[in-house]
Amino acid sequence: MMKAQLILENGAIFDCKAFGYLKEAIGEVVFNTGMTGYQEILTDPSYYGQIVVMTYPLIGNYGINLDDMESRKAMVRGFVVREKSDYPNNFRCELTLDGYLKEQKIIGIEGLDTRALTKILRDFGTMKGIISVRQLTPSQIKLKMNNFSNTNAVSLVSPNKKYEINGDGIHIAVIDCGIKQNILREFSKRCCKITVFPAFTSVEEILSVAPDGIFISNGPADPKDIPQVVETIKELINQKPITGICLGHQLITLALGGDTNKLKFGHHGCNHPVKDFITNRVYITSQNHNYYVKELPPGAVVTHTNLNDQTVEGMYFKDLNIYSIQFHPEAAPGPTDTAHIFDEFITVIKGGKLQCLEI
Amino acid sequence: MPRDLSIKKVLIIGSGPIIIGQAAEFDYSGTQACQAIREEGIEVILVNSNPATIMTDKEIADKIYIEPLNAAFLEKVIATERPDSLLAGVGGQTGLNLAVELNDLGILEKYNVRVIGTQISAIKEGEDRESFRNLMNRINQPVIESKTVETVEDAVLFARQISYPVVVRPAYTLGGTGGGIAETEEELREIAGSGIHLSRVNQVLIEKCIKGWKEIEYEVMRDNYGTVITVCNMENIDPVGIHTGDSIVVAPSQTLSDKEYQMLRRASLDIISECDIRGGCNVQIALNPDSFEYAIIEINPRVSRSSALASKATGYPIARVSAKIALGYGLDEIPNTVTGKTYACFEPALDYVVVKIPKWPFDKFYTATRTLGTKMMATGEIMAIGNNFESAFLKGLRSLEIGQYSFSHNKLSQCTLNELKEKVVTADDERIFALAEMLRRHYRKEQVCKITGMDIFFVEKFRWIVAQEEALKNMEFEELTPSYVRKLKKRGFSDKAIAEFIQVNEDDIRELRFKWGIIPTYKMVDTCGAEFEAQTPYYYSTYDKEDEVTVSDREKVMVLGSGPIRIGQGIEFDYCSVHAIMALKKCGYETIIVNNNPETVSTDFNTSDKLYFEPLTDEDVYHIVLKEKPKGVILQFGGQTAIKLANFCEKMDITVLGTQPKQIDEAEDREKFDEILEKLNIKRPKGKAIWSLEEGLLAAKELEYPVLVRPSYVLGGQGMEITFEENELKRYLLNAFERDKENPVLIDRYLMGREIEVDAICDEDDILIPGIMEHLERAGIHSGDSTTIYPSVNISDDIKQKILHCTKLLAKELKVLGMINIQYIEYKNELYIIEVNPRSSRTVPYISKVTNVPIIELATKAILGQKLKDLDYGVDLYPEQKNFYAVKVPVFSTEKLPQVEVSLGPEMKSTGEVLGVGKTLEEALYKGFIGAGKKLPSRGGTILAALQMHDQDEFAFIAKRFFDIGYKFIATEGTAKKLENSGIVVQTINKLSAGNEEILKLIRSGDIDLLVNTPTKGNDKQRDGFKIRRLAIESSIQIVTSLDTLSAMADIAIKDLSADGVDIYNLGH
Repeated sequence: MMKAQLILENGAIFDCKAFGYLKEAIGEVVFNTGMTGYQEILTDPSYYGQIVVMTYPLIGNYGINLDDMESRKAMVRGFVVREKSDYPNNFRCELTLDGYLKEQKIIGIEGLDTRALTKILRDFGTMKGIISVRQLTPSQIKLKMNNFSNTNAVSLVSPNKKYEINGDGIHIAVIDCGIKQNILREFSKRCCKITVFPAFTSVEEILSVAPDGIFISNGPADPKDIPQVVETIKELINQKPITGICLGHQLITLALGGDTNKLKFGHHGCNHPVKDFITNRVYITSQNHNYYVKELPPGAVVTHTNLNDQTVEGMYFKDLNIYSIQFHPEAAPGPTDTAHIFDEFITVIKGGKLQCLEI
Repeated sequence: MPRDLSIKKVLIIGSGPIIIGQAAEFDYSGTQACQAIREEGIEVILVNSNPATIMTDKEIADKIYIEPLNAAFLEKVIATERPDSLLAGVGGQTGLNLAVELNDLGILEKYNVRVIGTQISAIKEGEDRESFRNLMNRINQPVIESKTVETVEDAVLFARQISYPVVVRPAYTLGGTGGGIAETEEELREIAGSGIHLSRVNQVLIEKCIKGWKEIEYEVMRDNYGTVITVCNMENIDPVGIHTGDSIVVAPSQTLSDKEYQMLRRASLDIISECDIRGGCNVQIALNPDSFEYAIIEINPRVSRSSALASKATGYPIARVSAKIALGYGLDEIPNTVTGKTYACFEPALDYVVVKIPKWPFDKFYTATRTLGTKMMATGEIMAIGNNFESAFLKGLRSLEIGQYSFSHNKLSQCTLNELKEKVVTADDERIFALAEMLRRHYRKEQVCKITGMDIFFVEKFRWIVAQEEALKNMEFEELTPSYVRKLKKRGFSDKAIAEFIQVNEDDIRELRFKWGIIPTYKMVDTCGAEFEAQTPYYYSTYDKEDEVTVSDREKVMVLGSGPIRIGQGIEFDYCSVHAIMALKKCGYETIIVNNNPETVSTDFNTSDKLYFEPLTDEDVYHIVLKEKPKGVILQFGGQTAIKLANFCEKMDITVLGTQPKQIDEAEDREKFDEILEKLNIKRPKGKAIWSLEEGLLAAKELEYPVLVRPSYVLGGQGMEITFEENELKRYLLNAFERDKENPVLIDRYLMGREIEVDAICDEDDILIPGIMEHLERAGIHSGDSTTIYPSVNISDDIKQKILHCTKLLAKELKVLGMINIQYIEYKNELYIIEVNPRSSRTVPYISKVTNVPIIELATKAILGQKLKDLDYGVDLYPEQKNFYAVKVPVFSTEKLPQVEVSLGPEMKSTGEVLGVGKTLEEALYKGFIGAGKKLPSRGGTILAALQMHDQDEFAFIAKRFFDIGYKFIATEGTAKKLENSGIVVQTINKLSAGNEEILKLIRSGDIDLLVNTPTKGNDKQRDGFKIRRLAIESSIQIVTSLDTLSAMADIAIKDLSADGVDIYNLGH
């Protein structure tokens, strides 16, 4: 196997071995603590532009199947595991991890101390990294790092044109900033009719399909990279009920006058406890975000809070019929405990009201 | 919500003696629960019959009752203490069943005790097969087609409907006792019959067999507000069909995709929500490997063996959190003690692999049927952590202490492929080695999967290990390269294994490795995959770059634990290790423990300052010593496991604190020890070490029969027998030398005297004997299987002085620093020594508790250089307790091990023990017997007797005492005659050897209350006595094989004791 290196922005270097498609990669390095679900992670558009490190050491054990994809292709820049499985087994296993990454032209590396790497990211924060398969000079490294930008990520993962998914229920207009398929599946399961729009669609076009409500999807990178979408949302406020997940939640925050900021090393995993003030329960949630709502927009009622760091995980504007969630109720991967959020979205889109405890 | 402030006094029921299916895990979880409740300022009343536990220590609970675990005694405790609450789920199945019983008898209501945590209704719903099935139907969770029946006929009818094979599972038993898979109607009749009998509610479940499906477990928690979380899931490498307690288990699951993982997780959480669990719960699920089809096998609405494993595997303290939930806290209000930052409301993320391997007792019970099935047979288990599967697995193998440092098994390498296949298909304790041997012989791995049902993911890992072993065999020492050695070390290969394969010395490999800088680094178990900074000092070894251990500059002492629970080395050594740690802490040392048993208190991450979860082998321990550079290591509290490392410590210049390796060797080496006794003029039964059959027969003639024979260097009297004549001895010696030619057999004159045992603390100047213990049974029965009495009843002051004198002489000669355990025989007013153990022993927790002498603390202080004179307990003989008698009664798990000899002898068979405390000896014995689960026949009961010729006179004398107070007798011919001669009315029954099965029928009928049978010698399954004893034990009929025990029973019967008439004793504050 080919020798490779993972070079971090802070100068740390990890020797390792490359697999998958052997081509240098650069991206923002983040770690994910999920013990299963690598396939969903690989294909989640929110990871666009990132090199993902799995903290669980054995990855690829059950291979890859064509059913559990979260988008049409693998989205990560590079994939870092302690040990990939060369002999996967599962009744649905169709490809090996190595084979899939080759097919998707994405580099993977293995054989490094992923725990040590994770601790660097934890202690120093998310940073850029290069997976190189040949020796790079310090100046080459510096240049590559400086040239890396992920600000146009949404435009690269958003669809080129709108499309529809039929259903007998309410009609939802989705602003697709890089949506995970399972969100669409959850709406479809609830019989929704869905029209999916590219992220940079005009308000007029969206309203032209006469939706009952709007959903702003998850997606990669910083919400402040796409002010156009914030403007679109601003115009939609008061015209239609609006819901959103993850990046969608952050974009709504900005549109309503709140502020977002970057987390030190993000939340990426399947074990984040969130207090739900609507049901007054704590749920274990699937999370994947680097940015968070630092400042709530005026009038926001916090519906969900992260118990680990007390960040906002959900907010509700009763009068505006706006309800958005930071974590991933669609799971995939992760706990399906909060699937009821989709019912609440539908309630809000239908113009109904949520009962939230005062906090 | 804050805790429920109306809870002021909580009753906790422990799990009682260690038996198969219920081991040290409940000491761990019970101790944790007591501490979690007590730290809230709530008074804890503890009842547990097992004295060898940490749980029954003064430090753990406020009031401690070491009393029999039955409703009558519990009611007495409740009446005395008037607790307001009862926590049901921390005492295993025993505690849970008792809580249900107390509830059903109205005792809880009578004394106004409410159950906290999971409620009785939920326990019943989860445990009763039928209501559980209804519950599953209600929430659309699939279960396996099944039916609860109360008769064998109904079982047969239902089996016809669903077709064979079927699984039989008795309701309300632990470890699946009495269950099994029936392939035919005949088998079903047998298994169902015994299952119905063993079940507390006389029910068994007959279910469709789904052998070959994956067996997955989820450890889940729920609080009073409905918040649910998963602590951990686990995958059994052995698929459904082998009890999870007998399966090799890996955590987390390895072969489940996220879809499957989440599907089963959700199912588990839905179940505990619907069942209204408040606390921890274990959910067992079968998953079809070829689809998303699954079925719920069962749930355990309490902490369990699996929850202890999950706690150690993740760092998440399930028992502690369960206790807090019972007090009213929500999961989001209970701090995560590992990170110190987050809360108990999260799901641990592992960044390593955990492997659990069972420890079976078949090295002791070599005649037993070793086939694994739905009845658990393991006595203990080990856990190993690695950051790849291979390393966790190989570390696990060498933690078992079965002489396996690699995957290569000598005995099995002699088997043909057909024999190996047979072993793998029927599945016994050596299955994994047979499987490896098949792969070694190029048997296709795909086919291995097919015949075992194991996932190819694991089989491929096994194949890789075997392939490396084979490669090494063809390699020269010089051919080893740094990269290959590093690769092997990363994957968990031991130096010893590498050395053996390339035929060099273990030292050569170590030196080479050190030269190349290939040394382990240690990683932390932190519950969160390094996402948060953790405070836990809980480590495992890897060969990664980064080492996470910070070595402090404090002075450190390392304590080596005792490994897995096995017969002869049980929970008592964990007790000793933990107390040593506590004493060391008191003395200001930083403490480090090394152990690999997930069930124990010693491996709780907050017991010591640092915990290394590692195999207890030379190599693994040495690495930790190099890392931590402790002032020294203490071996004497970790049983034979730790003592075994003495020679290596000496060789490597590792400072041993306490008695030195040289003296340990002198005490253990027969010839050296004989020289010492000679020199000190201490008597021992004459004997010698012999190396051949001829030598042995000659020696026996000189010594005079009966003689005691045993292999040298063993624990727990393994392979020990008393032989009465030459033929028996011949058979024994032939056998022994066939098994082991390397070591001699020891042959001693057998003295039928009174056995006496002492533990002494020694500081090189003085000794302190906390108590002299007398055995109820005469010499010849292993001390671990004897009923032990304190204070002694029959030992004269003269003998006591002799004991003190001899013990002192020996302690000084052996330069004992710390603990010594000595067994004596008093024979015709002379004192003989029969065994010396230069270490802590089985009796230490018991005698410590009843004398109030903190033995381990004193011993630890002595080891550290303090003098007994300066401590508070004096020297020489500690004054005897005057207020009560305390007897330690052994407890057996023989009914769980098919084809194992029942009668007592020099080879240890018991798995646990209970304590009986009473104001008279009879009361203490009564409570001890009851606590040990012995069924004392009530007056008017029937005793079936079949005795050896030379026991008949003595028996007749005891029988007369029973007869005089109304007992009836049935006896075989010879015995019956003797009884008649003594004026006892007796019904004669034919011997089995007369070709008449009348006696078996009688035993099966259940009309017998007690069987008295003294065995002829030899573990011969064909003998009548063996058959009769096995049948009796499988029919749950009380057996007595020692006349001394029987005599004590007569004493109790004459006094007509009952729970009402005896007092209970608080041994706490």
